[in-house]
Amino acid sequence: MSQTTKNTLLFALVAALILLTGFERSWNVALGIVNMGLLSAIMALGVNMQWGYAGLFNVGVMGFVALGGLGAVLVGMPPVPDAWAAGGWRLIGGLLMGAAAIAAAIVAWKRLPQGWTRSLAVAAILIGGFFLYRAVFDSAVSAVEAVNPAATGYLGGLGLPIILAWPVGGLLAAGAAWAIGKTALGLRSDYLAIATLGIAEIIIAVMKNEDWMARGVKNVIGLPRPVPYEIDLQNSAAFTARMADWGVDPVAASSITVKLAYAALFLAVLLILIALAQLALQSPWGRMMRAIRDNEVAAEAMGKDVTKRHLQVFILGSAICGLAGAMMTTLDGQLTPGTYQPLRFTFLIWVMVIVGGSGNNFGAVLGGFLIWYLWVEVEPRGRELIELMTAGMADGSWLKVRLIESAAHMRLFVMGLVLLLVLRFSPRGLIPER
Amino acid sequence: MDFLNAFVALANFVIIPAASYGSQLAIGALGVTLIYGILRFSNFAHGDTMAFGAMATILVTWGLQGMGVSLGPVPTALLALPAGIAITALLLLFTDWAVYSFYREQKAKPVVLVIVSMGVMFMMNGLVRFIIGPDDQNFADGERFIINARNFREMTGLSEGLAFRTSQGITILTAIIVVILLFWFLNRTRTGKSMRAYSDNEDLALLSGINPERVVQITWVIVAALATIAGVLYGLDKSFKPFTYFQLLLPIFASAIVGGLGSPLGAIVGGYLIAFSEVMVTYAWKKVITYTVPPEMAPDGLVQLLSTDYKFAVSFVILVIVLLFRPTGIFAGKSV
Repeated sequence: MSQTTKNTLLFALVAALILLTGFERSWNVALGIVNMGLLSAIMALGVNMQWGYAGLFNVGVMGFVALGGLGAVLVGMPPVPDAWAAGGWRLIGGLLMGAAAIAAAIVAWKRLPQGWTRSLAVAAILIGGFFLYRAVFDSAVSAVEAVNPAATGYLGGLGLPIILAWPVGGLLAAGAAWAIGKTALGLRSDYLAIATLGIAEIIIAVMKNEDWMARGVKNVIGLPRPVPYEIDLQNSAAFTARMADWGVDPVAASSITVKLAYAALFLAVLLILIALAQLALQSPWGRMMRAIRDNEVAAEAMGKDVTKRHLQVFILGSAICGLAGAMMTTLDGQLTPGTYQPLRFTFLIWVMVIVGGSGNNFGAVLGGFLIWYLWVEVEPRGRELIELMTAGMADGSWLKVRLIESAAHMRLFVMGLVLLLVLRFSPRGLIPER
Repeated sequence: MDFLNAFVALANFVIIPAASYGSQLAIGALGVTLIYGILRFSNFAHGDTMAFGAMATILVTWGLQGMGVSLGPVPTALLALPAGIAITALLLLFTDWAVYSFYREQKAKPVVLVIVSMGVMFMMNGLVRFIIGPDDQNFADGERFIINARNFREMTGLSEGLAFRTSQGITILTAIIVVILLFWFLNRTRTGKSMRAYSDNEDLALLSGINPERVVQITWVIVAALATIAGVLYGLDKSFKPFTYFQLLLPIFASAIVGGLGSPLGAIVGGYLIAFSEVMVTYAWKKVITYTVPPEMAPDGLVQLLSTDYKFAVSFVILVIVLLFRPTGIFAGKSV
């Protein structure tokens, strides 16, 4: 069997699994899996660029995805004029002062001659800058957060169409990736892992606590949509008439239409990204990346700037994760920082890349769909399995209750098992790199 | 000005909590650093190993409590600790046999082992949630305080109280005992010396007839002991919740890297450094400053540098500073 046939069969298999869900359960669930599968595939593409092309170990995917979500709020939500009047500009000024202090410290570090004076000057700039920044920033924050805290209490966004938020989410993630890459790339590979793990936790902590930015754990809800609302469809005479013609219930049809519209948008983005990624991989740039991954010393001897290329691909991959994050927040219609869990948003994406086949873009896409399907399906299937196993036990026995309760935690176990099995018996993944 | 009260407030809110948290981090970081030194990879499953060890100990503790066994003022968990360590050691030896040994034979790249440890992390996390559930579990019993705030005030006549919890006392004491035992083992016993030799130079150690499989197995047993002790102490001091152990991964790795990966002494120093900075940066200094400066200079605000929600940021910033200026850590560790 040629590789192409095998790949087609694998994709057909995943499609069949999702179709089966559609027939067996409902098309709503199946389309839900497709939509998140598309997003997962995009995130997996991003991680695959970093790991598959360049061998960079990024375990901060969650942070970049969350930054993308923040981008969706900052672009899509309408601004809150009262909050801007109360202290918005002062707040921005405070942030700029903080940034200026850091920049001044870096300049001082680079310009001044080495010695005690330099260390003292940099420390003085940083400490003085910190207190100055806190003095301006804190009062502005409390002023902004005091504006109608139950409904807004934040600065709001720019009020632009939410589609624009997608590239902006990517840019935010790229900025964070630049900062972290500048620090940790060029050091040992584990250090990048720890640094990204840390930055992801910090991004989530900032988003949870800085209420002026995106309301923190109070969540921003009701983000504008790029597609029509279900209720509008149900109220539109044309839509209900056509659905009546086809003989479908307009309420169910409206929610499926909305999901299909999202799927079409996401598919378009995914196809563009795959095309770009394939072109990049087969260009001289892609060959150089793989050469660097396979032998850094040799590539460096050939005059390639390894650290710079690593930084480049790290930023690109993170930007794609941020883009997917903005798209996901758009799909959800809300930003809920409390729901970002590293197991779900970082390590699950890694399972997708490894299972799909690192270094192969189609592998990453396949892994995204397959693993997301498993993630959704393991819980109900696990419960069915446990119910079958415990069918013989007396009803209400503590062991039975306990087992059925814990079935929900099966998915982490299964994900770990799948990852270990693939790493052990098929380390190159389902669709290996060519 | 009242330096005595200022010192008591400082001890109560900064020195004692940071010392016990630092001990927990140091024992955790010792485990990470040992695995790094001997097996040469960063073990992402360490946080969940701690959770598993703590869980095993909790289950045994509940059994003991059910039978009516107790240690009086000391938590029963200490009695259950050896059993918890044994269960965790069995699990880790099984994991090594089933998972890691394959990659060791293949001489896989360290980063592959890190990904493998990620899979192990998933499974352990699922296992812990499966067995004990994702919720908070309370298993501390016995006397709550060694010194409680009111008695201290009555005893000394100071206006500041000093509370010294039993769990904090036990943590600090256990950390001292564990560190002494570990260093004695590594520096004085034959097995410990063979471990260090293996860590320094694998090939040379093999030539001198050291059995690598035995070294690896002993390492896992010691790591199981360290992880379980750290997990139980943290659980006694704060509370046991599987997810918090996963989050401990960052400060623990920061401690190990700041001290120098592969250096046991570095792990201890790193643990206390991270813990003290975390507590000092997130502590509201108002009280201490009010005691030490003349009344008219007393601050109005809380004088808190960062809110406690950002405590992870502190370990991260220290990590970044060390990575920028001294990538091998304070006690030059390995840089493979």
